[in-house]
Amino acid sequence: MTAPAPRIVVDRLHSPFRRALRSWETILLVVAVAVFIGNTFLSPYFLNAWNLSDATFNFTEKAMIAFAMAMLIVAGEIDLSVASIIALASTAMGLVMTAGAGVPVIVLVGIGTGLICGAVNGFLVAGMGLPSIVVTIGTMSLFRGIAFIVLGDQAFNGYPPEFAFFGQGYVWWVISFELVLFIIFALIYWAVLHRSTFGRAVYAIGNNATAAQFSGIRVQRVRFILFLLTGVMSGVAAVCLTSRLGSTRPSIATGWELEVVTMVVLGGVNILGGSGTIPGVVLAAIIMGMVTFGFGLLNVPGIVMSVFLGALLIGVIAVPRLLRGK
Amino acid sequence: MTVLKSREALLALAILVSVGIIAMRFPAFVAPGNLANVFNDTAPLMLLAIGQMIVILTKCIDLSVAANLALTGMVAALMNGAGVPLPLILCAVIVLGGVLGAVNGVLVWKLGIPSIVVTLGTMTIYRGTIFIMTEGKWVNAHEMTEGFKALPRLVFLGLPVMSWIAIATILIFAVVLTRTALGRAFYAVGGNPHAAVYAGIDVGRTQFWAFVISGALAGFTGYLWVARYAVAYVDVAGGFELDVVAACVIGGIAIAGGAGSIWGAMLGAIFLGVIKNALPVVGISPFWQMAISGTAIILAVAFNAAQSRPKGRLILREAAQ
Amino acid sequence: MEPVLRLRGISKSFPGVKALSGVQLDLYPGQVTALIGENGAGKSTIVKVLTGIYQPEEGTIEIDGRETRFASADAAAKAGVTAIHQETVLFDELSVAENIWLGHAPRGRFGLIDRRAMRAGAVRLLDEIGAKLDPDQRLGDLGIASRHMVAIARALSIEARVVVLDEPTAALSHKEIHELYELVETLKAQGKAILFISHKFDEVFRIADRYTVFRDGQFVGEGRMADVTEGQLVQMMVGRSVDQIFPARDHNIGPPVLTVSGYSHPTEFADIGFTLHRGEILGFYGLVGAGRSEVMQALFGITTPSKGACRIDDEVRVIRSTSEAIEAGIVYVPEDRGRQGAVKGLPIFQNVTLPSLGAVSRAGFLRMAEELALAREYTQRLDLRAAALDQDVGLLSGGNQQKVVIAKWLATKPRVIILDEPTKGIDIGSKAAVHAFMAELAAQGLAIIMVSSEIPEVLGMSDRVIVMREGRIVDEVTGERMTPEALVRAAAGLAVAA
Repeated sequence: MTAPAPRIVVDRLHSPFRRALRSWETILLVVAVAVFIGNTFLSPYFLNAWNLSDATFNFTEKAMIAFAMAMLIVAGEIDLSVASIIALASTAMGLVMTAGAGVPVIVLVGIGTGLICGAVNGFLVAGMGLPSIVVTIGTMSLFRGIAFIVLGDQAFNGYPPEFAFFGQGYVWWVISFELVLFIIFALIYWAVLHRSTFGRAVYAIGNNATAAQFSGIRVQRVRFILFLLTGVMSGVAAVCLTSRLGSTRPSIATGWELEVVTMVVLGGVNILGGSGTIPGVVLAAIIMGMVTFGFGLLNVPGIVMSVFLGALLIGVIAVPRLLRGK
Repeated sequence: MTVLKSREALLALAILVSVGIIAMRFPAFVAPGNLANVFNDTAPLMLLAIGQMIVILTKCIDLSVAANLALTGMVAALMNGAGVPLPLILCAVIVLGGVLGAVNGVLVWKLGIPSIVVTLGTMTIYRGTIFIMTEGKWVNAHEMTEGFKALPRLVFLGLPVMSWIAIATILIFAVVLTRTALGRAFYAVGGNPHAAVYAGIDVGRTQFWAFVISGALAGFTGYLWVARYAVAYVDVAGGFELDVVAACVIGGIAIAGGAGSIWGAMLGAIFLGVIKNALPVVGISPFWQMAISGTAIILAVAFNAAQSRPKGRLILREAAQ
Repeated sequence: MEPVLRLRGISKSFPGVKALSGVQLDLYPGQVTALIGENGAGKSTIVKVLTGIYQPEEGTIEIDGRETRFASADAAAKAGVTAIHQETVLFDELSVAENIWLGHAPRGRFGLIDRRAMRAGAVRLLDEIGAKLDPDQRLGDLGIASRHMVAIARALSIEARVVVLDEPTAALSHKEIHELYELVETLKAQGKAILFISHKFDEVFRIADRYTVFRDGQFVGEGRMADVTEGQLVQMMVGRSVDQIFPARDHNIGPPVLTVSGYSHPTEFADIGFTLHRGEILGFYGLVGAGRSEVMQALFGITTPSKGACRIDDEVRVIRSTSEAIEAGIVYVPEDRGRQGAVKGLPIFQNVTLPSLGAVSRAGFLRMAEELALAREYTQRLDLRAAALDQDVGLLSGGNQQKVVIAKWLATKPRVIILDEPTKGIDIGSKAAVHAFMAELAAQGLAIIMVSSEIPEVLGMSDRVIVMREGRIVDEVTGERMTPEALVRAAAGLAVAA
């Protein structure tokens, strides 16, 4: 048989610019701008540096968890226990605070609790091979359950004044500590998911975990690390949230797991795994924060806001499918 | 089937042993009257677990059941306030619940959206709708008619009507699941969606009916719940969807679909019901309940996984024996 | 004789591909018609049209001379067409009887399923085909051959007049295949029209009465098996005359690279030992399920052996994970390309660099240009046909996906490459390319293990052949003893011919 001349296969079919133009992130960007403009028309108070700064608190803590959750969902797993980790981490911080610990210890205990919770999830999913959705429904009850056992209907109050910085402090002018943290984490997670070998392993696992294992990727180790990261980020969010509220109740951050998942899915991450980007999640976080703030300016109650978010979650997935004729 | 049967026997044994241990210290717990109370108290969980089990059989999950229950319960209370006769209310809650379930079902069937996303969304929408309808106001006992409140509590042959409803529903669905084409289709769709198509079963439509059943049961339970506790408000049965999923997982319903029996799900529900009712008896704070059911879920799923681990091909002769 | 089923002018397209264009097919009662064609010829599409999964854009379907339309799988089943598939897709959690009757179970009072009638019916049908199975047994507990029996009983239960057997012997043992042939005879005797799809020519000549050939979605020809030769069929299939020619090789065998001794696994294989040399192609032959893939996957670190040692260049290596295998220089091209080989959803270049991420990154961060360069180098060596390197690998044909998987492994610069059924299910053109490339790699000094169930391929490519049976090595044939007969006898457990 005569072999045909070897063909040159080009690197890229379309230029990166053309690709970006047709991407989900571009749609999100347009929506974000529209919401921004809408808000300025809705309320004369919106275009005020301090008000805008306030608005960021609506999403910074959830977004930090959403970055780790995005990677986890890209890898084909999910963690529904994140809000419960916040509750347990906050309770642990309250305990050491009552025992007289200083701010550094409180913070470390908060993040450390998140790490341990993440390790528990990671062990159950990656170590024992259990389905993550059921495992984290279980740990969701377990972690918050422990917080309830410790606190019952009580609350921890009286955090040291210096502790308030994490959730209430400003680094410079209207730029809050939380906002800075959000930006730093966004950059780190962007680099890890889109530019590192670890991120590539995450995508490979999300698309085909068996083939990834057959390609020499340590699948279970990657999964374990992803759960650790989600736990740690929940711990960090617990520090910020506890600091912002100045108290710990076992019902703290109730329902956040849904908001975080909504943020991730709205950001264009495929709930079945395999695709999604950090810029998408950043834009989704900003949109959700600004919509919440806009509703707040209109005095719409939070629960109505959640109806809107629920509809948004279904809508963003349904509309493209409807347009494509399924 | 033998594996499944043994798992249910094991669960029943676990329940009996824990009841026995409690009885040794607190004999009052096993008095028939108290056991009937525990059963009656668990009835809503059992009703929802039947629906959830069917949804899980088809490889889906329904996280909106508790919100559905709260919304239909509120509608029932409002209808009662508007003077609508009870039989009409009963029909209305089942239909409304079914419609709310159908919304989930259509989104899963026609648009192919993963059920977890759909029901996460509708869960917040349904609950939010209660707030929008009532502006957060409660419907209290004195705003409900006596007949409305009395039905689930009427005692018939020594058991409240609510218990009888649960028993009847369990029996009906035991027959539906084993003896009707639709019932077997639920198993087929979850067990092997690909093959189900070749057997002439429409996967999406079967999932749709699972959601409708789950929704209708949630709607009916919504009335029972609101009537029994004589109060309706936005946060009725908040977080109850997790107990329902927990009952199924503990009962050995495979989260990947296609495997499990109604008896397993019912035992799972009873297990959670026994724990919930036993805690105050043995003097443990009810705040322990959440952590205990979480632990039970994890243990159950670990147990399920250990039983269904693939065994390889068993090529060697000595291994096959 | 009039055909039971007559298809005329059937066309079906998918975005970008015309899967079938105006094909015809006739199936006669009491006759087996073999459908022959390369992969991509449209065989699986026509099965889906026949079973109502796909609706053709053009063409007519006639049953007993009356035109019908299969709007759904249900409609096709009601019209008496049923298919038994490659991996006999049934329901593990349901009982044997339920698997037979699902969708059309006998009804009793109140329209409920009559379980007694169902059970009795199952017993009768299983008896008819001579299958000794308990109707109450859970299907998941049965082997593949028994599952075929259940599928066939199911076909009988819907009183099917047309039975499609889609590669039914692909995963069966010798004995099971024989039983299947008998079953086909039973079905024929009952007057069923049978469409038999197979890649194996010996099989087709053995059981088919008629043939129909498709090529590239088009009808090429049909006729009686008695009037055709193997060569003519092959020519119709490929549109040109192809003798299966294997590349010439200079058998330049070097020093040992890989030495395996006493490899054992509790349930899958025992006492496996062999030596592989530089520049050698070592064939592993055996029936499907003889444990060859299991041994290879243990060498590659997917499973861990309970006993035994593996040496590379006289250095003992313990391999507990795929990454350790890659580090040791052993790579594995799996049989199940779709599930274990290609990561569909990722672009071609990312598939190629997946095991070599360390080589194209600094401090854990990827260098895009180096990634593309590496992918370009190896895909070009394999003459990959693709639109661009950032194209999703899932969009490529089977043959090109296989090239990507092989390129991925060559990029790690391995010492030993294990190819598990490397040409299974790929077209003849790609097959020849893979064979030529294997010869080239061996000439360059790579040590190659090739697991294959195709006797011509094993004999044509290997320097030596190890035969496995029931998890053990039963023979090693070299030189003059490398004949089809020697392989078949050893694999089947027969005494070695004098």
